[in-house]
Amino acid sequence: MHYVFQFGDVWAAWRDLLWGAWLTIQLSAAAMLLGLLVAVLGALGKTMGPKPVRWTVDAYVELIRNTPFLVQLFLIFFGLPRAGIMLSANQAALLAMVVNVGAYATEIVRAGIENIHRGQIEAGLAIGLRPLQVFRYIVLFPALQTVYPALTSQFILLMLSSSVVSTISAQELTASANDLQARTFRSFEIYLVVTVLYLAMSLMFSAAFGGIHRAVFVRGRRA
Amino acid sequence: MMRHFGPLEAWFIITAVRWTLLLSAIAFIGGGLGGLLVALARTTAQRWLRTLAGGYIQIFQGTPLLMQLFLVFFGGNLIGSGLDPLTAAAVALTLNAAAFLGEIWRGCIQAIPPGQWEAATAIGLRPLQRMRHVILPQAGKIAIAPTVGFLVLLLKSTSLASIIGFVEITRAGQIINNVTFQPFPVFGLVAVIYFLLCWPLSFLSQRLERRFGTVSR
Repeated sequence: MHYVFQFGDVWAAWRDLLWGAWLTIQLSAAAMLLGLLVAVLGALGKTMGPKPVRWTVDAYVELIRNTPFLVQLFLIFFGLPRAGIMLSANQAALLAMVVNVGAYATEIVRAGIENIHRGQIEAGLAIGLRPLQVFRYIVLFPALQTVYPALTSQFILLMLSSSVVSTISAQELTASANDLQARTFRSFEIYLVVTVLYLAMSLMFSAAFGGIHRAVFVRGRRA
Repeated sequence: MMRHFGPLEAWFIITAVRWTLLLSAIAFIGGGLGGLLVALARTTAQRWLRTLAGGYIQIFQGTPLLMQLFLVFFGGNLIGSGLDPLTAAAVALTLNAAAFLGEIWRGCIQAIPPGQWEAATAIGLRPLQRMRHVILPQAGKIAIAPTVGFLVLLLKSTSLASIIGFVEITRAGQIINNVTFQPFPVFGLVAVIYFLLCWPLSFLSQRLERRFGTVSR
């Protein structure tokens, strides 16, 4: 065992790695926002929609949650062009991430909605709100507040699993690391530094979610 | 020459299931043993042990599994001739599973009401006896459902071993896709196989959760 650690090549490429990290943050943030939208629509369909809609949402959630993200990514990236839909690697990556996190988040938001007391919904209907208005003004906000911790930890898992999209040559942090590895062959050093970057990003996202929680829910309650 | 996706190609993917199952089994057993240690360390009275286990969980849950795989795989080169993909994947998934199971089981241990701990202490049990005869049997019951749920996650995670070149179902699918260029049937089959493995477990986990979900009265 005569291995000499050499981090020189890694530090020399710090710009590439930080740029990769920034791309991962952008990709993940976009997927989180769109995934939340999918989740709210999915949970709405699951709890208030007619039967065919509920079945469709069920099928979507079960199919996604019981197959690996990597396989979903391959189906979208290699499969969709066959169906005439051309996507760049990053578009395919974003789509796969949204489809994936949307299913998990649908289940989470649904649980939050089912936690809302029936009396609240009945009261809303009794004062003359239409079902969609009840959903928007009475159900959604408290439901999101209840499931906020579960939702945000799912989002952080999404950010971490985004490293997998480097396999279809989408540009993000792991892809930057792979490029650098191909140039310098300092595999261990590179992935060690990149792992630390991911750890920092998950702490950062977690802090940001804490800030959003204070801004949206805590202040909202006092007002 | 392009090959057609026929029964032979499908069979190649289907038989690769045993490697997915083998890897899952190794990681589940190894991760289970490690997870028990992590959970016990997280709930012990020794502060340094709690901190150590907490740091372990934070690192493995806060970084991508793919990076953990790469570090074990490329790190193998540092200690000599290097690790083959199966060994590297088994080691990385075991370390990862130990962190996740440790955190799940910590929750189950701490869900046991303080009265049970106090009662066990009051009748003169020492900490290890208290853990073995009073806490763990009860915590084990609530742990079943989330543990089965984690097994689903683990089965899906083994797909990442394909990236370091281990030929399980996903890698088998890639190999076949590269020679047939028929991504829909190929990865469709791969997805169906995962679904057939995972869905019964997910269903079981939900059922068990309804049955054992709450702390026993």
